[in-house]
Amino acid sequence: MPASPSRPAPSAHPLTSDRRRRPDPTTLQVARGLGWFSLALGVAEVTCGDAIARWLGMPRSGPLVRAYGVREIVQGAGILGSQDPTPWIWARVAGDGLDIATVLPGLADDRHRGNALFALAALGGVTALDVLCAQGLSHAPLNPSEAVRADYGRRSGFPKGVEAMRGVANDVRPMDIIGPEAMRPWTSAA
Amino acid sequence: MKALVWHGAQDIRCDSVPDPRIEDDRDAIIKVTACAICGSDLHLYDHFMPGMEKGDVMGHEFMGEVVETGRGLNGTLRKGERVVIPFIITCGECDQCKRGFFSVCERSNRNGHLAAKAFGHPTAGLFGYTHLTGGYQGGQAEYVRVPMADRTHIKVPDELSDEQVLFLGDIFPTGWQAAVQADIQPTDTVAIWGAGPVGQMAIRSAILLGAKQVVCIDRVPERLEMARAGGAITIDNSTESTVERLNQLTAGKGPEKCIDAVGMEAHAPRALEQAYDRVKQALMLESDRATVLREMIYVCRPAGILSIPGVYGGLVDKIPMGALMNKGLTVRTGQTHVNRWTDDLVKRIADGQIDPSFVITHRGSLEDGPELYKTFRDKKDNCIKVVLRP
Repeated sequence: MPASPSRPAPSAHPLTSDRRRRPDPTTLQVARGLGWFSLALGVAEVTCGDAIARWLGMPRSGPLVRAYGVREIVQGAGILGSQDPTPWIWARVAGDGLDIATVLPGLADDRHRGNALFALAALGGVTALDVLCAQGLSHAPLNPSEAVRADYGRRSGFPKGVEAMRGVANDVRPMDIIGPEAMRPWTSAA
Repeated sequence: MKALVWHGAQDIRCDSVPDPRIEDDRDAIIKVTACAICGSDLHLYDHFMPGMEKGDVMGHEFMGEVVETGRGLNGTLRKGERVVIPFIITCGECDQCKRGFFSVCERSNRNGHLAAKAFGHPTAGLFGYTHLTGGYQGGQAEYVRVPMADRTHIKVPDELSDEQVLFLGDIFPTGWQAAVQADIQPTDTVAIWGAGPVGQMAIRSAILLGAKQVVCIDRVPERLEMARAGGAITIDNSTESTVERLNQLTAGKGPEKCIDAVGMEAHAPRALEQAYDRVKQALMLESDRATVLREMIYVCRPAGILSIPGVYGGLVDKIPMGALMNKGLTVRTGQTHVNRWTDDLVKRIADGQIDPSFVITHRGSLEDGPELYKTFRDKKDNCIKVVLRP
């Protein structure tokens, strides 16, 4: 068999990507949404830290809630301001863990158990979204390098060329699969 | 022997396992010379498909040399012969096999009762693809036991290399059947979702079958580059609207034929739809994401054909049945009836019409397998198709 021009040549240097990731727009949209959410939550926690702490049944934790607010603002700015939001979204996941650990003791307080449950449910939902987004960003494909584009652009799979092969198998018509004949088009539509 | 063994989600290891042995007169033992990681292996890797057990050997796209034969092969297969093994196991004797519908063989799935519970009827046994399909050990190993080996093999000419014929076991006939069952006419536009290995083969098949225009939809740039090399017009659905572009390319009428080469793990370009399906999956309210099916039904020209080689395993949600019915669309799907097509495809490779090795981007040993699974799943380093040499 003669060497085919479409066959990949073994290379001493494997084709590699450049190091930038290319997340799908959906994941990027979610990441940006989380960034704005972080900023809004952070501002709320900084300005209303004492009230939030009282609502959760932890009246002496106002400073802690305000500190968490600063953390949220930093994370939000990081997500919205960086070229690659991946580490910032993972930081949000870690922060979610901290938030859940902080709210959990509120369940022991009979008067505020409902509020703590509400907060934990909200945290659970946001954490799930954070994890999905972080995974989506981390698994996004890398951009191909110019060398890869050039190499893959030559891989037609048709040793004799694309146009020479168009229609060479147009007699393959297994009627038990593509039939019944009575249901097939009368003409080929223009 | 060495084999790639499933231990759980995202946990595949190269382990030492017992050598296979003849268990039935119709068995043969194959020494594997080349095997591939298939896109559908990733559904097992990510544990989207139920029915895997710790210790199962992976792999259903492999080839090699016959080293041992059972007494009941009646000369159909001899020691030393070089064969590609189709991913479906076929008895050759049941009603479905006699009709050429090998992927729904009535006898080869020894756990047919489990498949019947899930699907209503048993389907064929598969190599390395869950206990719903028989729990047969797979071919990402040094040796494999091939049941019903007198019918479950494809003999290949010595002058063709392993890499040219390996994909006769799965992705090439899968892409081919997807295109054939779309009944392609010379005036047709064929839209193919997914530029992975099956999508690449479907593009080449649609060209061979004479499509006027082949359009491929994906979001991974190197895959789109390879699709263009094969003669397709490409749509990057991360930056442009698939529906708008397809309508542009068909004077607003839509493609006559649509092929879903993506399957159950599709990514929606719309955030709301993606979030909806991910949440429903997480809550176990659906098992498969029907993004591509919805889009195909919406954009396909009325009276067109939808061909679905992409793998689905269970339940999907929000299928627009109103559009499907009122547009009079025909749906054709199924696992591939491999042996039905392979005699013809071997000739086409030998004639130089097509060389399926174009799709190989990564090569390695069995020991490299676990890392290459991850590379393939994450589409790292421009990975499109991995071939392993045990």
